[in-house]
Amino acid sequence: MDGVEAQIAEWRAYVAQAPAVNGRDVDELDAHLRDQIAELGAAGLTADEAFLVAVKRMGDLDTLSREFAREHRGRLWKQLVLSDEDEPARPSSRWLEALVFAVVAGAAVQVARLAAHFPDDDSEWLLRNVSLFVLPFLAGYFARRRQLDTRRWVLTAAPFVLAALVVNLYPYRADSATEHLVAAHLPVVLWFAIAYPYMGGTIGPHGRRMDFVRFTGEWVIYYALIALGGGVLLALTALIFEPIGADVEQVVQWVLPSGAAGAVIVAAWLVESKQHVVENMAPVLTMLFTPLFAVMLTIAAATYAVSGVAGAFDRELLGVFDALLVVVLGLVLYAMSAREPSLPAGTMDRVQLLAVASALVLDVMVLGAMVARIGDLGLTPNRAAALGLNLVLLVNLAAAAWLSMRFLTGRIAFHRLERWQTSYVPIFALWAATVVAVLPPLFAFT
Amino acid sequence: VNINKDLVAASATPLVLAILAQGESYGYAILKRVRELSGGELEWTDGMLYPLLHRLLRLGYVTTEWRTPPEGRRRRYYAITEDGRAALAEQQRQWVTVTRALGGVWRGSGWLPTALGEA
Repeated sequence: MDGVEAQIAEWRAYVAQAPAVNGRDVDELDAHLRDQIAELGAAGLTADEAFLVAVKRMGDLDTLSREFAREHRGRLWKQLVLSDEDEPARPSSRWLEALVFAVVAGAAVQVARLAAHFPDDDSEWLLRNVSLFVLPFLAGYFARRRQLDTRRWVLTAAPFVLAALVVNLYPYRADSATEHLVAAHLPVVLWFAIAYPYMGGTIGPHGRRMDFVRFTGEWVIYYALIALGGGVLLALTALIFEPIGADVEQVVQWVLPSGAAGAVIVAAWLVESKQHVVENMAPVLTMLFTPLFAVMLTIAAATYAVSGVAGAFDRELLGVFDALLVVVLGLVLYAMSAREPSLPAGTMDRVQLLAVASALVLDVMVLGAMVARIGDLGLTPNRAAALGLNLVLLVNLAAAAWLSMRFLTGRIAFHRLERWQTSYVPIFALWAATVVAVLPPLFAFT
Repeated sequence: VNINKDLVAASATPLVLAILAQGESYGYAILKRVRELSGGELEWTDGMLYPLLHRLLRLGYVTTEWRTPPEGRRRRYYAITEDGRAALAEQQRQWVTVTRALGGVWRGSGWLPTALGEA
């Protein structure tokens, strides 16, 4: 029997190499294999024969590991990209491809700046359009990597063309609030437009949408890391060259925008190809920050409830709370994407619910006071945008809190929470598009 | 009969759910039951059952628990949930409709002896 034990151990090690198969799965398959061997042995086969037949019945490892990968996308995320069928691997030229797109994006930003007569003019036009000089290249990068056909290329380009038209044909008044709102919301709209090529020319499947959400989170982390490194580099450059009288300021003014634009593509490439680095970070970061945010939010909610909101009011507050809700939502989504969906509810889920509930309590108080204020002073474009975003976030988080309560009490599966978030993604895109396309005419471009 | 791959795949979920509806079970026993029920005609690659079970788990159709029975090895048991029963009922409706349609057309053309009779 020892011989079979050794063979089983070898088989286990072999199966465990498959990226989407984790230790518990191997245990499960192991138990199955042993049951099968025992039964075949009882039927009169020798141990060796029984082992061979049992392994054969289990199926070949490639197919098996692909089936596991299909079900456990999240686990495979570190090995990406699991495209529809067996995507032919094209490993070598990938970084070059990313680099070309990054360089072109960096150059495009400079062209835009020259067109806007930078730095002589403080150009509103540039501010409004800058994302249109960067994000199309990211979309193009994904369209190329996912090998989209012509029709899908056209569909990928359509939102960008449409956005360019809307943003440039609207007659904004000079220094108008709607123009600033458009500048802030257009990148968000275009980011969602990238989801289409990212998901391989589809918008439907929920699994893919979760991949995109996950991609967004990881992209933010990589971008922040690159920005940090770039900042250190620029600061050191300044310190070293200043003494010999070089005008570093002038150089930085030109290098920084190109770097920032190129980094958009480079970060995306890093997410795609170096996934496992962040994959190990995501759960740690959530573990670290979810409790901290929960503590901060609970204290804030208690303080505001005691002191009342009205006293603390100024015009920025609703904006601050929008930012807070965005961060909380980001935390929820990030935790969700890092979580193994089949695990039962744990402490982290409770802590997270506490954070979300406190944020909701806070927000409802602020919202009440804000609505009263708008009733007194009227609706401006900024207030409309902030209020709308607030409502969109509030609905999402309220439902998320409700669902996770039901999940914690064991009445629904975690899958339902995921489903809610992935179904809600288009609403964010729609709201941002509304601010860009509908709000300006509504407020007569003021 | 050599049953078509797509058909095997399509019938896998209702079969597993139906077997679990009769009582909790574990992977190996589920497979044995499938062989029994189909008289050995439905041959699954054993390993493929597990990704399927994990999918049902994620969808909340089944729950799972590792347990060691008194005389036996540690196994992962699966039990059906309310959601799972609802999904099974829905699948049953669909399959009955399909088999009824096929049965009707085959009986009409005299191909079918009795096999699909009551479906």
